[in-house]
Amino acid sequence: MFRNQYDTDVTTWSPAGRLFQVEYAMEAVKQGSAAIGLRSKTHAVLACVNKANSELSSHQKKIFKVDDHIGVAIAGLTADGRVLSRYMRSECINYGYTYESPLPVGRLVVQLADKAQVCTQRSWKRPYGVGLLVAGLDESGAHLYYNCPSGNYFEYQAFAIGSRSQAAKTYLERKFEKFQESSRDDLIKDALFAIRETLQGEKLTSTVCTIAVVGVGEAFNILDQAAVQALINEFEISGEEVPATESVAEEAAGGASADQGGAAAEEEAAPMDI
Amino acid sequence: MVSSQNESNLLSSEGDSQRTQYPYVTGTSVIGIKYKDGILMAADMGGSYGSTIRYKSVERLKQVGKHSLIGASGEISDFQEILRYLDELILHDNMWDDGNSLGPKEVHNYLTRVMYNRRNKFDPLWNSLVLGGVKNGQKYLGSVSMIGVHFEDDHVATGFGNHLARPILREEWREDLTFEEGVKLLEKCMRNLLYRDRSAVNKMQIAKITEEGLTISEPYSLKTFWNFAAFKNPTVGAEGSW
Repeated sequence: MFRNQYDTDVTTWSPAGRLFQVEYAMEAVKQGSAAIGLRSKTHAVLACVNKANSELSSHQKKIFKVDDHIGVAIAGLTADGRVLSRYMRSECINYGYTYESPLPVGRLVVQLADKAQVCTQRSWKRPYGVGLLVAGLDESGAHLYYNCPSGNYFEYQAFAIGSRSQAAKTYLERKFEKFQESSRDDLIKDALFAIRETLQGEKLTSTVCTIAVVGVGEAFNILDQAAVQALINEFEISGEEVPATESVAEEAAGGASADQGGAAAEEEAAPMDI
Repeated sequence: MVSSQNESNLLSSEGDSQRTQYPYVTGTSVIGIKYKDGILMAADMGGSYGSTIRYKSVERLKQVGKHSLIGASGEISDFQEILRYLDELILHDNMWDDGNSLGPKEVHNYLTRVMYNRRNKFDPLWNSLVLGGVKNGQKYLGSVSMIGVHFEDDHVATGFGNHLARPILREEWREDLTFEEGVKLLEKCMRNLLYRDRSAVNKMQIAKITEEGLTISEPYSLKTFWNFAAFKNPTVGAEGSW
């Protein structure tokens, strides 16, 4: 993407019918560190790469519990993600207070999308620079949604966002057909494998990734480091070989800004996280 | 410059707006029970204006969305207001168009919030409500009063129903009543109320809600029996009385 004369304001269309500021916001998501989600009929798993800036600092929190039945993983501007998580928690609490019932995930996701859309149509605002993978449970089972800065949302069986997410997506594309009937532990295993793909040969340990699960009979919870390491060891995933399939296809991040578009597989210059 | 409207008064909300002091047109008891397939609810069709039975075709049982049924006693105009609130609630629920829908538990809690909030403003909706329904095989029956007190139970009643009907239900209600048994039980309670509650009228409806849907019966009357010996010559033991 190159600078042009239509990209200063979010309220300026380009002659080709694009809103560049919105597309730039989606770029911010691609620069964030990877986050992955997958779901079966009864469970949904979120996983993310959590690299600390330096050895001295702690990891950035990228997975948030929104309610007992909903959690979210973010990629991009984590500050924006934190604010949106607070909004989601607030909506869940208010719904629960009025109706004594959990807010259906599908409705929360629409509210979130409408909130994001507002920022694409006000000259004094900017789009949220964060992509959200919302995992939740409602009457009809487990769900995984992706909310995009453009205000679009999609439901997925499995998805990955952030830097080097294409590698994870390739892995997920190979395996997704069996996810619907997978057990909770198999889903977690596949999430760990997918995370490993994004690490490009680095060793997978519980210090670089975070896993969270929600499912029928299991409230949303983030697994602790020891448990994750135990799972990694059990599945013998830590291996350091380079993943076999490397996606080469580069999807231009253009197209109508209404499309979320595939993450561009620009693997080279992406900084680790923001 | 003295403005009488600025009198600070703990009991008025703003300026010269009023608060509900007393009801005018009222409905009497509503009774609800769980039975094998869902919920049964009964209420008569009377609307009293103080001690006069002014209106005799007031429908006090109404459908709410796909899964719920509401019955109200108390001020009829406030009930109509509540129906408008529920109408809007269900409308917005349907507008999501996403396969989710508010069940009886959610509607009951929404009503509890509404009633309690009005109570806190010293401007209550002068009703006692019974809310019942079935969703995904789960039966639900609850009640809310005008001050926001709410219960959930196998059988509920409002007003005089609490004193005259519930003792009968406590003895005779069972988990697996059939429809016929449930109706008979409700009619027994309603007959009792008819004899003893002066604001009851002999024209009632029974509503049934199950997973399949809701039916509210046509209005009908109960048979009563007045042929007691004591009624035949009531003044026989009291000379000079009338």
